[in-house]
Amino acid sequence: MTPIIEIDHLSKHYSPTSIGVDDISLSVGDGEFVTLLGPSGCGKSTLLRMIGGFETPTRGSIRLAGHDVTHAPPYRRAINMVFQDYALFPHMSVGQNVGYGLKLMGCSQLEIRTRVYDALKLVGLYDKLKLFPHQLSGGQRQRIALARAVVRRPKVLLLDEPLSALDAKLREQMQIELKSLQEKVGITFIMVTHDQTEALVMSDMIVVMERGRIAQQGTPQQLYDHPASPYVANFIGTTTFLPGQVRQGDGTSARIALGGGELVANVDQAFVPGDVVTVGLRPEKMRLLAEGETAPNVLEGRISEVVYYGLGLRLGITLSDGARLWADQLLPDTLARSQVPSVGAPARLAVAAHNVFVFAGQVAP
Amino acid sequence: MTAMRRYLPGVLVLGIPLAWIVLFMLLPFGIIGTYSFWLKKYPTFVPAFQFGNYVTLFTDPQYALVLLRTAKISVLVCLASLLLAYPFAYYLVYRCRSAGLRTWLYMAVIAPLWISYLLRAYVWKTILGTQGVLNSFLIWAGIIDTPSSIFLYNQFSMVVTLTYIFIPFMVMPIYTALEKIPANLIEASADLGMGPWRTFWNVTLPMSLPGVAAGFTLTFCLSFGDFVAPFLVGGPDGSLIANVITTQFGSALNWPLGSALSVVMLVVVLGVVSMGDRAERRGTAGGV
Repeated sequence: MTPIIEIDHLSKHYSPTSIGVDDISLSVGDGEFVTLLGPSGCGKSTLLRMIGGFETPTRGSIRLAGHDVTHAPPYRRAINMVFQDYALFPHMSVGQNVGYGLKLMGCSQLEIRTRVYDALKLVGLYDKLKLFPHQLSGGQRQRIALARAVVRRPKVLLLDEPLSALDAKLREQMQIELKSLQEKVGITFIMVTHDQTEALVMSDMIVVMERGRIAQQGTPQQLYDHPASPYVANFIGTTTFLPGQVRQGDGTSARIALGGGELVANVDQAFVPGDVVTVGLRPEKMRLLAEGETAPNVLEGRISEVVYYGLGLRLGITLSDGARLWADQLLPDTLARSQVPSVGAPARLAVAAHNVFVFAGQVAP
Repeated sequence: MTAMRRYLPGVLVLGIPLAWIVLFMLLPFGIIGTYSFWLKKYPTFVPAFQFGNYVTLFTDPQYALVLLRTAKISVLVCLASLLLAYPFAYYLVYRCRSAGLRTWLYMAVIAPLWISYLLRAYVWKTILGTQGVLNSFLIWAGIIDTPSSIFLYNQFSMVVTLTYIFIPFMVMPIYTALEKIPANLIEASADLGMGPWRTFWNVTLPMSLPGVAAGFTLTFCLSFGDFVAPFLVGGPDGSLIANVITTQFGSALNWPLGSALSVVMLVVVLGVVSMGDRAERRGTAGGV
C-alpha cells in the first residue's frame, strides 16, 4: 500500500519538561482507517493536530502524498478535520457550513450545490440544508461536520474524538456508519480516541500511544492477541496480571510457575529459569473446567466473586498465593444458570499456551 | 401577622428597588412628559394640554439642526471608537500572548473610567488649546510658527474628547464578544481552506457583530446625551441637544420646551437601544 502520510521523527516539546509528542515515526497507507489510541495526555491529539497543521512540530517532518507539509498552514493542506465538538459555524445554515470549504476551490455555483447535496446525501441529512446548527441534535451535527469535511475530498480526514459527545447507543451505531462511510469514500481516516472498543471496531490499524511515544502499532487483532507490553494489554481489552517465575524456557515457549500452578506459554524471546516475569491473562480466554475434566495448562483456586453481567458471568478466582484473576463464563441458556458456581467452591481454569502473555520483569501496569 | 411574615422578605427584596425606580425614574419621566404639554406664559408657564412645543421643535430649523448635529457627532464618535476599539480588542484576544500584558492593556482602557469625567474632558482643553501640548509640540517641531486655534472649540475637538471618554464602552463589549468565539471555529475555517483574512471576514467579524452592536448602542446613547464636552471644548457652533435642554430649563426658563426636547431625546435613545438590542439578538440567534 502506498503511504499517504509519512511521519519522520516527529516531536513536539512545549518545554524541556513538558513533552507532547516524542520522536514518532509512522507511515499511514492510502485508504486506511488508522486510530491513535491512548489515555488523555498521551500525545495523540497533539500528533493529530500537527498532521492537521494546527501545531508546529519542534522536530521532525510530515509528508503528505510525498510532499513535505511540516510547516504548511492548515489551509494549504489537502487534509480536513472533524473537530471534537464539531465546530460548526453557528451563524451559517447547514448548507452554508458544508459549502464553506468549496468557496475557494474554484467551483461554480452549480458544482458547489451538487457537491453539498452529495455530501449531505452521504450522511443522510439532505432535508436539513436550510436549518441552523442549533436546530440539530448532537448526532446530526456530527454528521454535518463529517459532510463538511469530506465535501472537499481531502487526501486525509482527521477525526478528533468524533463520537465522544454522543450517548452510548448512538455511538455504537455511528461506529459502524463511520466505518462504512470511510469505505465508501475511500479517504484515509486518522482518528483519535481513548475508547478501545471504538478503535477495535473501526480501525484497519491501531497506534497505541504512551507518554508521547508509540507503545505498539498493528491491526486490532494483532494488538489484542499479541500485546507488546502490559500497558497495551491493559489498555486494549481486560487483562489480569500475575507475578510469575520462569521454570524452564527456550526461544518459543516457557514454563512459568504461578501461585495456582504452572503454565506453558508461547513466547517470542528467550527466558532462562529464574527470570521474574509478569503473566497476563484475559478473562474471556480462561475456561472453567468441569469436575473430573482434565486439560493441559491449569490453574487452581477458589471462587471468591461472582459478577453477573447479562451476557455471562465474570468469576473472581483467588489462587493459592492470594492473587486474584478474572474468568468469564458465557451463559448460553437458562439451563446453565443452575450451574452457577458458588462463592468458596474450588475451581480449575484452563488456558491455551498462545493465550498466556508473558512480559519480562515485575510490572505493575 | 403570618401574611406579613410571608411577604416581608419579598417586599424588602423587590419593593425597595421598585420604589426607587418608580420614585426616581418613572415619576420624573412622567413629570417631564406632563410639562412638555404645558404652555409658556411669561414669565413662567401654565398647565395645559397642547402640542405647541413639539410643533416648535419640528418647525423651527434651529432645533432640527441641533438634533442633527448631535446625531452626527454621536455617529462620528461611534465610528472613531469602533475603528480604534476593534483592532485593539482583536489584538488583546488573538495576538497578545502574555496574559499579564493583556490585563495591563485592558486595565489601561478601563482605568480612566475611575477618574472624574469632568477632569477627563478638561484634559483635552490643555492638549488641544492654543497654549496646549499639541501646539507646543508642533511649534517645537517647527511644523507651525504660531499657535493654531483649529484644534479646539469645534466639532473635531468634541469628537476627539467624546471618543476618548466613551471608548471603554466600545472596547468592553467587543472584547467580550471576540473572547466568546470558540477557538476551534477559527481553526475549522483554516482547515476548510480559508486564510487568516478570509477567516476574519467570514467567521470572526460576523460572530463579533453582537459586541459591535452593543458598543455602538452604548457609545451612541452616552454621546447623544452628553453636555459637558460641548460645554468645555465645543465652541460656538458646538451646542448639542443636552446643552439646549440645559438652557431651556435655566436661563431661557422655558421648561415646557425643554421637556419636549427631553422627550424627543428619550425617544431617539430608546429607538437606538431597541435597534441595538435587535441587532445583538439576531447576531446570537444561531446560538453557540
